[in-house]
Amino acid sequence: MRTYLRRGRKRAVGVLLVAGVLAAAACSGGGGSGGGGEAGGKITLTIDTFGTFGYEELYKQYEASHPNIDIRPRNIVRLEDYLPRLEQYLATGSGAGDVVALEEGIINRLLAQPDAFVNLLDHGAGELEGNFLSWKWQAGMTPDGKLIGLGTDIGAMGMVYRKDLFEKAGLPTDREKVGQLWTTWDDFIETGKKFEAANVDAKFVDSATNVYNTILWQEAGKASNYTYFDTNNNLVIDTNPAVKTAWDTSVEMAQAGLSAELRTFDDPWISGFRRDSFATVAAPAWMLGQIQEFAGEEKAGLWDVTTVPGGGGVWGGSWLAVPAQSEHPAEAAELAKFLTNPQGQIAAFKARTNYPSSPQAIEDPAVQNFKNEYFSNAPVGEIFGESAKGLRPVYLAPDNQPVRERVEEALRAVEAGDLSSDAGWQRAVRDAQSEAG
Amino acid sequence: MGVDLRPTRQRPRPAATTRPAGATERARWRSRIDRLDVKASPYLYIAPFYLVFAVFGLFPLGYTLWVSLHDWELIGKGPFIGLANYAQLLGDPYFWNSILNTIGIFVVATVPQLVLALMLANALNRWLRLPTFFRMGVLLPMVTSVAAVAIVFGQLYARDFGMINWLLGLVGAENVDWRGSKWASWIAISTMVDWRWTGYNTLIYLAAMQAIPRDLYEAAAIDGASRRRQLWQITVPMIRPTIIFTVIISTIGGLQLFTEPVLFERSGHMAGGTLRQFQTVTMFMFENAFRDHDYGYGAAIAWMIFCLILIASLVNFLIIRRLGGTK
Repeated sequence: MRTYLRRGRKRAVGVLLVAGVLAAAACSGGGGSGGGGEAGGKITLTIDTFGTFGYEELYKQYEASHPNIDIRPRNIVRLEDYLPRLEQYLATGSGAGDVVALEEGIINRLLAQPDAFVNLLDHGAGELEGNFLSWKWQAGMTPDGKLIGLGTDIGAMGMVYRKDLFEKAGLPTDREKVGQLWTTWDDFIETGKKFEAANVDAKFVDSATNVYNTILWQEAGKASNYTYFDTNNNLVIDTNPAVKTAWDTSVEMAQAGLSAELRTFDDPWISGFRRDSFATVAAPAWMLGQIQEFAGEEKAGLWDVTTVPGGGGVWGGSWLAVPAQSEHPAEAAELAKFLTNPQGQIAAFKARTNYPSSPQAIEDPAVQNFKNEYFSNAPVGEIFGESAKGLRPVYLAPDNQPVRERVEEALRAVEAGDLSSDAGWQRAVRDAQSEAG
Repeated sequence: MGVDLRPTRQRPRPAATTRPAGATERARWRSRIDRLDVKASPYLYIAPFYLVFAVFGLFPLGYTLWVSLHDWELIGKGPFIGLANYAQLLGDPYFWNSILNTIGIFVVATVPQLVLALMLANALNRWLRLPTFFRMGVLLPMVTSVAAVAIVFGQLYARDFGMINWLLGLVGAENVDWRGSKWASWIAISTMVDWRWTGYNTLIYLAAMQAIPRDLYEAAAIDGASRRRQLWQITVPMIRPTIIFTVIISTIGGLQLFTEPVLFERSGHMAGGTLRQFQTVTMFMFENAFRDHDYGYGAAIAWMIFCLILIASLVNFLIIRRLGGTK
């Protein structure tokens, strides 16, 4: 009720302002055309994504088969910048795209505001249930049975590595043999020490946080199925062994001097792919598309993909949703359905290695036999398929993202040698508590 | 002294007796409008500023106070909690850390900046070839956008491939992690601030210096005072009000420092480094209000900043009075 009143007042202010601006425009003799979604009888659908979704070809296809639709993609590289913007769009009731991508850390926050989204079951999405892994379908659903998100990809995990740097360090370069170097994370650290001892002008891994997150997902998937918060949304960071294991292992790795100490998605990290700053990156499937863009053509064929230490697991993955504020909810829902259908997921996988969440797509030979040309023709369908098989979904609480950012900051401080592991851990727990409090 | 440009209040009135009655009526009506014009028009002329100020200055100020007394999150207004946000703020170590950073960066940036500006102005006040060229030259950094400055400096101060570290490497120094420690980050941010604002202060000083009568210097020169002595004993005392003005402006700017450290941080987390090494108090506000969507807490921080600036201005004012710098 209160929200309604406030929104009403805001709208009134907005109307007044717009009226004023229009009056001013009229006085100056200019007749502005009213903006909005329809230009020349065409409907413009804005789609908000972060990172890479591999949809460029699909947009073209869709526009070709739907001549009345114009797709306007908006993309933000980093998830941390995307979430606050999206939350503001939703809170103010304007500005969001007609279709928005929701990452797993975001969707759990937004399930608490189901009214902000169109119930896709009203647009005939119900019959698509079989197109998605059951947990992926469920995770897009609110507790009262509204469907707000259709699954796109799942973040099956692999390890990308630079063959040429491995060769310089006297390590094997064949992806089978590299995978055998590290069945566990301890093996991985041992391999890293060998790499550093060879005095190649590069660090073994890009950052402690990437390793940390990978281990956290693996450990959580093996045991409790949750990370910082349990399924009742109680903060359990200091009692969940998965978090501590991930912390200790990644700190051990960092303190062995194996990390380039870069902040993921920061400029030095991005340019690090071209500058040979590091030799390995623990990468979920969706990161491969980004790595390809960051590293550029001149590094084509130098990167390869192999299995990640510690077995299967999943990090990340997204959904597409239609905000209730969209002016064309029916058309937007159609587009979301098109992008997330098995064929769409296969196309996205081929374009940017976003691993599908649809069993039909996963089983499809086009995915299973797909080799990524950029990554030395690595059989990414097989490698990520293996990682996705052992997967159990991990629960993420609404406050997961801010807590995760705080813990990562503390880990970076330890990585840089500014804090001891214990002091860093205490800081992480304290910050998490104040964030959750 | 000044020329009175106001319309004269009493116009020479035509003698009523020699005019017809209708004209008298018109004249009275006109004089009434004139009087209204004289009384009300000035207020009308200044009204736009105050209207805009009321909408964009006064109202947000009051509304922020109102928000700060509530538990106010993204989804909307929560319960009224009185001063609880302020109480929590005073016990928040990260708040005090951000105050320390703000004051630290302010001191590291402002003291060398004003001294340098004074020296530059003193040099420019002498006879130079191409005086306009040099005088406009110091102002050039002002016209570069702050974002461009911050991005360029951010790269100069990069840890692995930055130019500053490369230069330090030439003399055998270790790479400095400019975002890793308080002092390194404070110095890096201060250089950005100084790059932009030194020229501005230089010009203000220069303008003040040019108003000093030349014969004072001539007399001092005849008495055998050195250039340096002339600077400290004539120039500086004569431009004291101007110096105080620049100090006040720099204080207010320094307490609101935001863009430079944010762009220096690059990640947009608003935390100012892994351990909040350079999180200023405005960044702390932004982090709480617009990243964590804790608007009530953010509003409380905004009011604390307001109070801080009030206190700083008051201290400045008292110092001015003591120095008698208002003359």
